[in-house]
Amino acid sequence: MAETRYSKDHEYIRIEGDIGTVGITDYAQGQLGDVVFVELPAIGKAVAKGGEAAVVESVKAASEVYAPVSGEVVEVNSALEAAPGTVNEDPAGKGWFLKLKLKDAAELEGLMSEAEYQNYVKTL
Amino acid sequence: MLNRQGRPTQSSAAATEQHATFTGNKALQQIEPLIFEIGHHETTGVDIDAPAPFKSRLGKHARKGEIGLPGLSEPETMRHYVRLSQKNYGIDTGLFPLGSCTMKHNARLNEKTARMPGFSDVHPLQPVSTVPGALEVMLELSHYLMTLTGMPAVALSPKAGAHGEACGMMAIKAAIAAKGEGATRTVVLVPESAHGTNPATAALIGFSVRSVPARDDGTVAVEDVKALLGPDIAAIMLTNPNTCGIFEPQIVEIAAAMHEAGAYFYCDGANFNAIVGKARPGDLGVDAMHINLHKTFSTPHGGGGPGAGPVVLSERLAPYAPVPFIHVEAGTPRLVENAADAPPGNVPFGRMTAFHGQMGMYVRALTYMLSHGADGMKQASEDAVLNANYIRAGLSDLMSLPFPDHPSMHEALFDDEWLKGTGVSTLDFAKAMIDEGYHPMTVYFPLVVHGAMLIEPTESESKASLDLFIATLRDLAMAAKGNDKERFTAAPHHAPIRRLDETRAARQPVLKWVKPAPVAEAAE
Amino acid sequence: MRYLPLTDTDREDMLARIGVPDVDALFSDVPAGKLLTAPLDLPRTKGELEVERIMARMAGRNVAASSVPFFVGAGAYKHHVPATVDHLIQRSEFLTSYTPYQPEIAQGTLQYLFEFQTQVAALTGMEVANASMYDGSTGTGEAVLMAHRVTKRRKAVLSGGLHPHYAEVVRTLSEMANDAVVSLPPDVSANEDILSQIDDETSCVVVQNPDVFGNLRDLTPIAAKAQAHGALLIAVFTEIVSLGAIVPPGAMGADIVVGEGQSIGNALNFGGPYVGLFAAKSKYIRQMPGRLCGETVDSTGQRGFVLTLSTREQHIRRDKATSNICTNSGLCVLAFTIHMTLLGQAGLSRLAEVNHANAVKLADMLAGVKGVTVLNASFFNEFTVKLGKPAAAVVEALAAKGILAGVPVSRLLPKAGLDDLLLVASTEINTDEDRAAFVAALAEVL
Repeated sequence: MAETRYSKDHEYIRIEGDIGTVGITDYAQGQLGDVVFVELPAIGKAVAKGGEAAVVESVKAASEVYAPVSGEVVEVNSALEAAPGTVNEDPAGKGWFLKLKLKDAAELEGLMSEAEYQNYVKTL
Repeated sequence: MLNRQGRPTQSSAAATEQHATFTGNKALQQIEPLIFEIGHHETTGVDIDAPAPFKSRLGKHARKGEIGLPGLSEPETMRHYVRLSQKNYGIDTGLFPLGSCTMKHNARLNEKTARMPGFSDVHPLQPVSTVPGALEVMLELSHYLMTLTGMPAVALSPKAGAHGEACGMMAIKAAIAAKGEGATRTVVLVPESAHGTNPATAALIGFSVRSVPARDDGTVAVEDVKALLGPDIAAIMLTNPNTCGIFEPQIVEIAAAMHEAGAYFYCDGANFNAIVGKARPGDLGVDAMHINLHKTFSTPHGGGGPGAGPVVLSERLAPYAPVPFIHVEAGTPRLVENAADAPPGNVPFGRMTAFHGQMGMYVRALTYMLSHGADGMKQASEDAVLNANYIRAGLSDLMSLPFPDHPSMHEALFDDEWLKGTGVSTLDFAKAMIDEGYHPMTVYFPLVVHGAMLIEPTESESKASLDLFIATLRDLAMAAKGNDKERFTAAPHHAPIRRLDETRAARQPVLKWVKPAPVAEAAE
Repeated sequence: MRYLPLTDTDREDMLARIGVPDVDALFSDVPAGKLLTAPLDLPRTKGELEVERIMARMAGRNVAASSVPFFVGAGAYKHHVPATVDHLIQRSEFLTSYTPYQPEIAQGTLQYLFEFQTQVAALTGMEVANASMYDGSTGTGEAVLMAHRVTKRRKAVLSGGLHPHYAEVVRTLSEMANDAVVSLPPDVSANEDILSQIDDETSCVVVQNPDVFGNLRDLTPIAAKAQAHGALLIAVFTEIVSLGAIVPPGAMGADIVVGEGQSIGNALNFGGPYVGLFAAKSKYIRQMPGRLCGETVDSTGQRGFVLTLSTREQHIRRDKATSNICTNSGLCVLAFTIHMTLLGQAGLSRLAEVNHANAVKLADMLAGVKGVTVLNASFFNEFTVKLGKPAAAVVEALAAKGILAGVPVSRLLPKAGLDDLLLVASTEINTDEDRAAFVAALAEVL
């Protein structure tokens, strides 16, 4: 069963087996405004927890998307290159960025649950 | 209602909306197509006789096929650009309170002197013996810059502020390398409030950047700097007065701490206009500082340049100044264009640009300096600071000041705390200023303040102009707080064009004109 | 002081409103003892007439290009600029405006930037162009850094035909950033073997055409070899007028084209301000330095222009920006684009033809002077002559006779063993009388 965990930098990771799908939250896309460009990593790239995994740009801002956990990039959502607005329209669904093969499932423990994340956002 | 001249006493926006014109023009506001839409490939606005027949020496390199550029006749050209100019706002149009940019009056005497053939019509590589007046201008400008800053040397050649930053940081890198510390001193400290050019420059030159936090009062504290110092620190890049419009109170201690740790102090001189004739960077411990001639010394901004960014240097950095420079020996100036010709003790780190820098800007800046004199420049800085504080005093009961504990220097910084709950953003407020006939202030900079509004009136505004500006902003502020949202969120209403879709521009970039495809013929 | 509107009464009223006793109270954050009390040792305010006299005296000590037979080039060229250009760029709304960050009141600037980008792309034969760099030399430095970002390699190969100042700017930047540079020796006859320098570590090859010695080069094989090794070809020009007559770098496969635009619309100005032109293949657009203007629509659907793709730039990306450039060459861009609009392709082709014709005439005449050899197999409006004597001394002797004859190669390349070479440029400004005077005087001096 898929479970979604959240980072304080507003990335989500949806876990299915040893694969995690990474994207930015609805809150994050709202803060960024219209996304105009997404820079995705190369497949096969190893990323460390908290390391830079992708870049997302709006008209007036550029933000790094950090890997919520360590792993290897196994798939990227190249549809975003032609249609970056998908990140705004459907961040949790079609607007995903990349899929990671998890290195250490224990790292998920440090992330927030859906409820914890919603409470966290309320404090901002 | 009509007045005695038969004109309506109240203008109505609705009335003008109803009177759509055939052309789409609105009297003096003309819609102007692109040159590619009005010009022709065979048209030219320049008459040049064909040469007598001759034998080409282009060989196989002659261009084949046409370039694909239209031309316009002279009257068409004149009209095209005059119409374009009428869609622009300039200092000569009205108050231009763009913080951190110093949009002061551009005296036309400066344009006149820069166009004297002895300056404008001189080649950078004609024999040095034929340009003693050019060297004299450079020496005279250097003398003024060194005197005003209290620094012993200046590198003139950088082409703009960011280029000057690069020059200063290269001199620092060269000095560090000369001490054998090139491999270890690799980190540059930059406050969060800095101009984006500072971290970009440090990175360009191969340094990594470490952020210095700002205190709650908008200043940098010496303890915070000291906590970051170590054998890996090359320099700090600090703007003074800083981007919050505050003179850094601990600047002398910060400079001393840097020097004690074997590092250097680069000062971003973008805000020098606040202190000309009032305080000298050389007295504060600065090692290098660029001076934006297009800010402090009024060379025109010209829609984004050209600028000029001479860098004053301390005794410790002077030997590393790049070529070219002028060396005076026994009263005789000598132009040093190659490192090999440098006088003993000089080890230039390289070259910033072809030729000698922005001569056209040197002439304008020197003309400004001669016109003002020491007394006029000091008065200008005092008036710039006075004007900023006068605006601050006139608005601080309505708009929120993030740093009320320090006087402002030449620019007053507000945040958007006072707009909370109004549904009006800093950007909306700025756009509504356009409708009132003003250029907006700098917005969303510095980044350390939420929804920043940075107002720099400069010394060029009269009291009457400031009073009207204050009254206008007060009226806008009341309207924002009074739920008149539409005045802001749909602004500007009266500009030649309404708010532009920047998302579309970035998602599908169209960066040049492309001939439209012919409309397909209807099928049989 | 005529530029300061405040009266003493205003100042007193304003201080009272602020609630401070005097202006120095506003400088209370300046550390103790650092606020200046005595005036600085500089002259006092002067009236306009007096300032004009002082500046005119200094200007009068220089020899203006238009006052003598003039053949100096090597990266800056004397051309005739139509009167319309200087009139238009002095309009207040252009001269005194800022970078167009508020597009609703800067459509004038933005539209001419869009037109300029289109013109530069067409002239160079490239897909996209930016809104300018400071000048050709700094643009070349930026092009090398861009190539490093694109290829993720850090070694540049510089042709021996690249303007020595440009090469020095690249080397300075590269040395600071710990990037490698291979500089080929001066290549007077355009026969260097640059192809063998290209390997799998090469980021870019930088080649100038026409080169600094005036030779025309075919860049096609260099582009092919570079691209086969995953490297980029950066094509440089210092004389934009040449592109009215010769094959543009885009047609020879260049990946980035960079050069000096001074010749069109801009005066010599003793070296600045000038305008750097910068164009590239569109696939590299996100790695380009500098500002870009793009087309869009406003909220009513009307066409308009904005600065775009700004997330590459320093004010947003800070230490990860593609460049630290901010202010560029706005007004010089305007001068360029107005002059280019007046010319059109018809005028530019004609201008280029006249430049070439004048240079050919001069080369033929100089070749007839005893002791002079023209070295170029091909050239546009500038070529190299061998004098058999140190060129610097010859140039000084000719200057004494009121002729500015060109640039001694030794001024650009001291101690390179090329002291007897002279770079000579001829543009549309030269008359038959100019040429005759030059040739006669040279014959006397040699």
